Amino acid sequence: MTVTQEARGVAIAPEAPRREAREPAAAAGPGAAAKGRMVLYRLVLAVAIIAAWQFASGTLVAEFFISKPSAIIAALQRQVATGSLFFHIGITATEAFSGFLIGAFVGVTAGVLLGRIPFLSDLLQPFILAFYSLPKIALAPLFILWIGIGIWMKIVLTATVVFFLVFLNTFTGVRSVSRELVAILKLMGASERHVLFKVVLPSAIAWVFAGLRISVPYALIGAIVGELIAANRGLGFVLASATGQFDTAGVFAALLVIMAMAFVLNTLVRLVERWLMPWKASESEREITI
Amino acid sequence: MSEPPAEPLISFHGVGKTFRVEGRTVEAVRDVELEIRRGEFVALVGPSGCGKSTLLNMTAGLFAPSMGEVRYAGRPVTGINLATGYMTQNDHLLPWRTVAANIQVPLEIRGRPRGEMRDKVAALMELVGLSGFERSYPAQLSGGMRKRAALARLLAYDPETLLLDEPFAALDAQLRLNMQIELLRLSRSLGKTVLFVTHDLDEAAALCDRCVVFSPRPGTIRRVLDSPLPRERDLLRLRRDPRWQEMAAELWDLITPMLASREERAE
Repeated sequence: MTVTQEARGVAIAPEAPRREAREPAAAAGPGAAAKGRMVLYRLVLAVAIIAAWQFASGTLVAEFFISKPSAIIAALQRQVATGSLFFHIGITATEAFSGFLIGAFVGVTAGVLLGRIPFLSDLLQPFILAFYSLPKIALAPLFILWIGIGIWMKIVLTATVVFFLVFLNTFTGVRSVSRELVAILKLMGASERHVLFKVVLPSAIAWVFAGLRISVPYALIGAIVGELIAANRGLGFVLASATGQFDTAGVFAALLVIMAMAFVLNTLVRLVERWLMPWKASESEREITI
Repeated sequence: MSEPPAEPLISFHGVGKTFRVEGRTVEAVRDVELEIRRGEFVALVGPSGCGKSTLLNMTAGLFAPSMGEVRYAGRPVTGINLATGYMTQNDHLLPWRTVAANIQVPLEIRGRPRGEMRDKVAALMELVGLSGFERSYPAQLSGGMRKRAALARLLAYDPETLLLDEPFAALDAQLRLNMQIELLRLSRSLGKTVLFVTHDLDEAAALCDRCVVFSPRPGTIRRVLDSPLPRERDLLRLRRDPRWQEMAAELWDLITPMLASREERAE
């Protein structure tokens, strides 16, 4: 490992810094240079794809089907100019974000409760599994019946989707808490509350975040599918109405915005994760030993 | 027994323990009769799987014996025994806490005031030679440093009895010697009772006041040897001490015949 790194890094960093156990990773070492180069490669790839798209559109494939980058940018500019883009982003973001928060909160709470109280989990297990296997999106018509086609329908749908993912992860995390760590703390005289806050929750938090990270795209699915089914606002509505007008550039523009939203939501989760789990960063820096 | 018999701190009377593992019944220990006096350093040696750790677990009250009785300070052990502290081959530090925060855990549980905790943690870090690593996470430390942090945490809650299950097994020879010296010094000066499980017969002979030799599973007590060494001893010079050599040799003679049969018994 070290040998190959040093061999590759000769040109950039003549003396590859040796990592000691406690020293932070050598940020300016060959790793950073390689990272910078990779960013460059990715940019090149992106530009190549966009250029090919622009060229192929209207020559190899009809523009009606694939639109073209310049037209998509123009469509975006129009929507920015009228202000409608931000209005719709705001709606979808509110739905996805509130649904995500509600689903995550209820999911974590339920996961911790069931994880710590075996009676409860034994009792509820078959019911939860039955609901888990149901595609949550199929509940949308029911939610429309109950709460109409307003913003709350999308929030509830999103929360339902997110709940199951976060719940199952939290539950597994709480269940897989090291029994030795719990025993060690109990020998120190720890109460159930101490065990919960000092061992169970910190140890389950990695699982919780794994659940949150996979929930991000599903939160957007909940919000946007909800809007596709019944709405007069939001990015799902923009998508549907652009399709209705055969406005391919508008469809791609909406997709692009949805992608950007997913990216922002993902980044937020990652930031919170890093903030709440500072020890993870140091674990990934550690030299591996087998 | 060189000293006059006193009220034992820990006593095992006719203790047996069976586990059910995948439908089979496994007998870990059988008919254990043992009394440990306050302040004594007792080593438990024997082949793998002979139930030495089982005895520690029952002393800690992590589970009850299937037969017989474990008594601590005159009372039967029922449930978690708060007078004992446990340290195993795994350091079991909390990976999400810094070293200082780890050592602080038992003090937090006792609800000590913040200032007192800070002073005590600093003193303990100094004691085990970890000053300067307060803000490191366990993953950033070497195995030996983690072990020392675990020892500091153990001392932070200051249990009457230390249950040590191969605590130094994963350390290199130098570090292990350092830790042994440290442990012996601390347990003597703080008047701790120590139950020390080890596979290392030389280590057992070096540290213990008494050494209990177990047979293969189901573990029964084969012999109890009194150490010929004085309680105050210099571990650095032991290698040349004929008393230590003799005891280690005796332990080897007791254990080696069991090794042949161990192969078949290993799970």
